[in-house]
Amino acid sequence: MTTLLRTDGLMKAYGGVQALNGATIAVEEGTVAGLIGPNGSGKTTLFNVITGYERPDAGQVWFGDRAITNLAPDKVFAAGIGRTFQLTRIFARLTVLENMLVAAQAKDRPRNLLSWFGRDAWTHHRRHALDLLEFVGIERHAEVLAGSLSYGQRKLLELAYVLVADPAVILLDEPAGGVNPTLINHITDRIRQLNATKGTTFLLVEHNMEFVMGLCSTITVLESGKDVVSGPPDIVRTDKRVLDAYLGADLEEDPR
Amino acid sequence: MSKERRRPRAMPDRGTTSLKFGALLALIAIAIAFPQVYSNPAVTNYGVFAMIYVTAATAWNIFSGNTGYISLGQAVFYGSGAYTMGIAARDWNITGDSVFLLLPLCGLVGAVIAVPFGLVALRVRRHTFIVITIAFFFIFQLMAFNFSFTGGSSGLQSPFLNWPTATYNIPFYYIALAFAAGAIAIAWLIRRSRFGLQLRAIRDDEDRARGLGVRAMRVKLSAFLISGTITAMIGAVWFYYINQVEPQSGFDPIFDLTLVLMAFLGGYGSISGPVLGALIIEPLTLWLNTQPAFSGYLSEILLGVIFLVVVMFLPRGIVPTSGELITKVRTRGRPAVIPATRIGPPAPATGPASASGPSSVSSGGGR
Repeated sequence: MTTLLRTDGLMKAYGGVQALNGATIAVEEGTVAGLIGPNGSGKTTLFNVITGYERPDAGQVWFGDRAITNLAPDKVFAAGIGRTFQLTRIFARLTVLENMLVAAQAKDRPRNLLSWFGRDAWTHHRRHALDLLEFVGIERHAEVLAGSLSYGQRKLLELAYVLVADPAVILLDEPAGGVNPTLINHITDRIRQLNATKGTTFLLVEHNMEFVMGLCSTITVLESGKDVVSGPPDIVRTDKRVLDAYLGADLEEDPR
Repeated sequence: MSKERRRPRAMPDRGTTSLKFGALLALIAIAIAFPQVYSNPAVTNYGVFAMIYVTAATAWNIFSGNTGYISLGQAVFYGSGAYTMGIAARDWNITGDSVFLLLPLCGLVGAVIAVPFGLVALRVRRHTFIVITIAFFFIFQLMAFNFSFTGGSSGLQSPFLNWPTATYNIPFYYIALAFAAGAIAIAWLIRRSRFGLQLRAIRDDEDRARGLGVRAMRVKLSAFLISGTITAMIGAVWFYYINQVEPQSGFDPIFDLTLVLMAFLGGYGSISGPVLGALIIEPLTLWLNTQPAFSGYLSEILLGVIFLVVVMFLPRGIVPTSGELITKVRTRGRPAVIPATRIGPPAPATGPASASGPSSVSSGGGR
């Protein structure tokens, strides 16, 4: 198994706050990896650095054997890393289908100026987009303005349009945050299915321990911008440093 | 999965399309016939200015309406187009009809200005962007005042056009109408293209769009450039029509505000909105200026009042608001938004989703 996504000693400070302090993580190809840690431990900053929204002060991001440190977000996406945001970010005044097509345009770049104005090339994207909407279960809302979707549906839409470009790695920032248990199961199923059938690699940040422990094969614990422990769920959940730093009482109460 | 998969309708049905097409043809016919029916120069003058502002407001909308970056620097292009035509005609001794051959050059100058202007201004968003466009505007006005080749504060005269006074306005009307039609056609092409979709994605969430592979700067700059080119050309037409340009009329802050008012009144972001706004505001302004009661600054104060009223009571403009009303009437008794999807394995039909079958397509109809 090869490492698909790797960060190496990432440093990032905001004023006096050291958000990332040598964060080093590795995500194996074809796995579902988890990233946990207390609030403010740098999880979202790490995502932002990987996907090009923030520049690290030091350190490297590797995608396969390619260094993608400091690439712009659109380049990172084109390279094959898709992400969702903690607070879902969709295009509220575009229809659900148009949301999907925004992502589709990155896949095949227009060849010349005129094809920028063409619309014929979209027909097969539409089909693909509708299939993906069906996959996540919101295809009936394709012509609705995305802003009128419920929070859970937005989460699903965000997942669907990241899938349009068929990325090799998908970073999910709290996919189960603020959604009901039924929907969490639905999202879990979809992640498993993508991972099993297409071999898509996932890295997800989540506070819902049940969700993380059930889904991820490797878990990295981040604390104060540094990775503390990394390993399979069983190892992580019994690690003393993790219990002290973060999980503590939560897990001791959990009979599993 | 259920057998009958409900795929959303791709297009409005044929009846609506042909109705729209017919309405469009009628509008074009009216626009073409207008100066033949009302040939009085005082009336055709309204027509010329209305078409100039339809063009300029549509050009504003191509950039600002699609991207949400409110530009208050369109006068930079308008004035530059006017000055380009004046300077080129003076220095190269071009007179008469052939002055119109300078229009592509004026557009080119607008495009060339748009690149550095955009590269600087488009780095920042929202209020900062607006302030920077205003700053550019004042820079250009100051340059027009202070350079010698612009004629300083006395400005430039256009070459004399040897056309009979009675029909003088009519060729200008058709030229401006052609520009208006061209600008609207470009706006329409952009709206339905992937380019337009990228622009509107930037309007909704620029960072998210970048994260989905939209090359934001390139896309924004292209729209800004298209908008600047059109505005510069119509600025040159305006200059030749009124025969002169001074720094404070070519680079006029009221021009910028008027465009924004037109777009907000008609409906910011839609294609027909700014056109409608221009057709209402510009004749109204001209008419007010002819009324002794509203001479001087009173008409401008009135425009300000209209602006406040629009922002307070019609914040989304005439076209979207009436579109909503129509949708509301047509879908009366049915929910405006589709009920939530059932998530997970299809459960036995107990939820509201199965009971209200026909409603699920309705909300798309009004668009």
